[in-house]
Amino acid sequence: MTDPTPLLRTQRLTAFYGDFQALFGVDLTLNQGETVAIIGANGAGKTTLMRAISGIVPAPADAIRLRGEPIGALSPPDVLMRGIAMVPEGRKLFPSLSVEENLLVGAHARRGKGTWTLEAIYELFPILKERRRSPGTALSGGQQQMVAIGRALMSNPDVLLCDEISLGLAPLVIRDIYAAVPKIKAAGASIVLVEQDIAQALRVADQVYCMMEGRVTLQGAPAELSREAIHDAYFGVTS
Amino acid sequence: MILLNTIVQGILLGGLYALFAAGLSLVFGVMRLVNLAHGDLIVLAAFLILSITTSLGLNPFAAVLIAAPIMFAAGWLLQAHVLNRVLDDDLLPPLLVTFGLSVVIQNALLEGFSADSQKLAAGPIEAASLSFGPLTVGVVPLMTLATAIAVIFALNQIFYRTALGRAFRATSDDAVTAGLMGIHAKRVFCIATGIAMVVATIAALYLGTRANFDPSIGPARLLYAFQAVIIGGLGSLWGTLIGGIVIGLAQTLGAAVNPEWQILSGHLAFAAILLIRPRGLFPRAND
Repeated sequence: MTDPTPLLRTQRLTAFYGDFQALFGVDLTLNQGETVAIIGANGAGKTTLMRAISGIVPAPADAIRLRGEPIGALSPPDVLMRGIAMVPEGRKLFPSLSVEENLLVGAHARRGKGTWTLEAIYELFPILKERRRSPGTALSGGQQQMVAIGRALMSNPDVLLCDEISLGLAPLVIRDIYAAVPKIKAAGASIVLVEQDIAQALRVADQVYCMMEGRVTLQGAPAELSREAIHDAYFGVTS
Repeated sequence: MILLNTIVQGILLGGLYALFAAGLSLVFGVMRLVNLAHGDLIVLAAFLILSITTSLGLNPFAAVLIAAPIMFAAGWLLQAHVLNRVLDDDLLPPLLVTFGLSVVIQNALLEGFSADSQKLAAGPIEAASLSFGPLTVGVVPLMTLATAIAVIFALNQIFYRTALGRAFRATSDDAVTAGLMGIHAKRVFCIATGIAMVVATIAALYLGTRANFDPSIGPARLLYAFQAVIIGGLGSLWGTLIGGIVIGLAQTLGAAVNPEWQILSGHLAFAAILLIRPRGLFPRAND
């Protein structure tokens, strides 16, 4: 690696919900231009990891670094201002806002000029332009997911965190949504994906992390990982 | 003809109640905070206008231009240093804090201005009236209703046409996700309370030019404001205007039958509407 400072790195990241410890020393590295996928069963800590990076769950300041700068202790708005946007689990559109307003609210803290404008989002997901006056929550699940992704892109992030963007969607819809990933990468964002669908994760990712019970149990490039190793890491089988 | 006149007076009085209620409605809509000190804050603004008129010799309509930014700042500070600290999933702490604030404001005003009745002297405009055929309508009541409509129109424009309004609605829907959009919920709340205090100052101007006021009248204004908000449907600003008019009409019609029935009639109308439409006339769909 030529650049010693990765874009985003967590080191020995711990996170708690009250007394309950959800992450136990997670190390994750995202290099510029990469897509990292995080797989794991329910309760493995994947969403907590996303929430810690985005500032919703408090973390030690220097356990999360963006271009070497500690960002662990920042609030979600400040993390966004540094260039990390999140597509939250469950999409979380604002029911009082139309599709277009949901997208515009994503640009509330827009950082300078960038690729992602309303027009660019409508080009990425043309159906949203037709539905732009509808309340966000009146859309189908897949369309809502497109709004959630578009809303996060509107801040022109350097890092896009996607939490379970295929959850509860039909295979054809998932295919449409994942078709956007290369375009998002081409526009300059690096991506961290949380994904339950292992095959999907292996297809798009440069690096895969498997988590279990708040720890990383396996890490590597998709080509290097055997089905057995993933199976064991996912289900916690010790050989 | 007396009936028509009574109805017109009732609608115009409703404008005043809508002004009392608009700030309350705004704050509730943005942060789900029930501000029990809202009536006292209106009375505080009235005393502020009074102080400016007496010390600078200004007309109250000019003094309000000085009072409004002061009240905006006061609202911001109140939100930043008191209310933001108690806003949580639990509704009780902010309720208790604003109740305490109400007592503090009343007693501070009593200490500073005594219990004497005061009035804002606006000059000849107070007695001016316009004739529409057989009807004669006071200029100040007419201005009150026109101002209420203008204020609610302006608040609606802010809510539905600006980035600030989108931030208000997004924060009200889901403050955590709004944070992911770069919206600092607590800063948004400070702006909302600041704007509500500007509206309270405008309400205070008409409160003080139309009738006497003293430090103790805040809670009754709060009650009318509450009724207007609830009749209109929580979170609907135009509903709040209609709610104010319903209370104003009921009070004026009741008073026309028997002057002792004025206040009671307002409460009865409120109870009747709650029985028929428990969520108010124009409830927000997603509450």
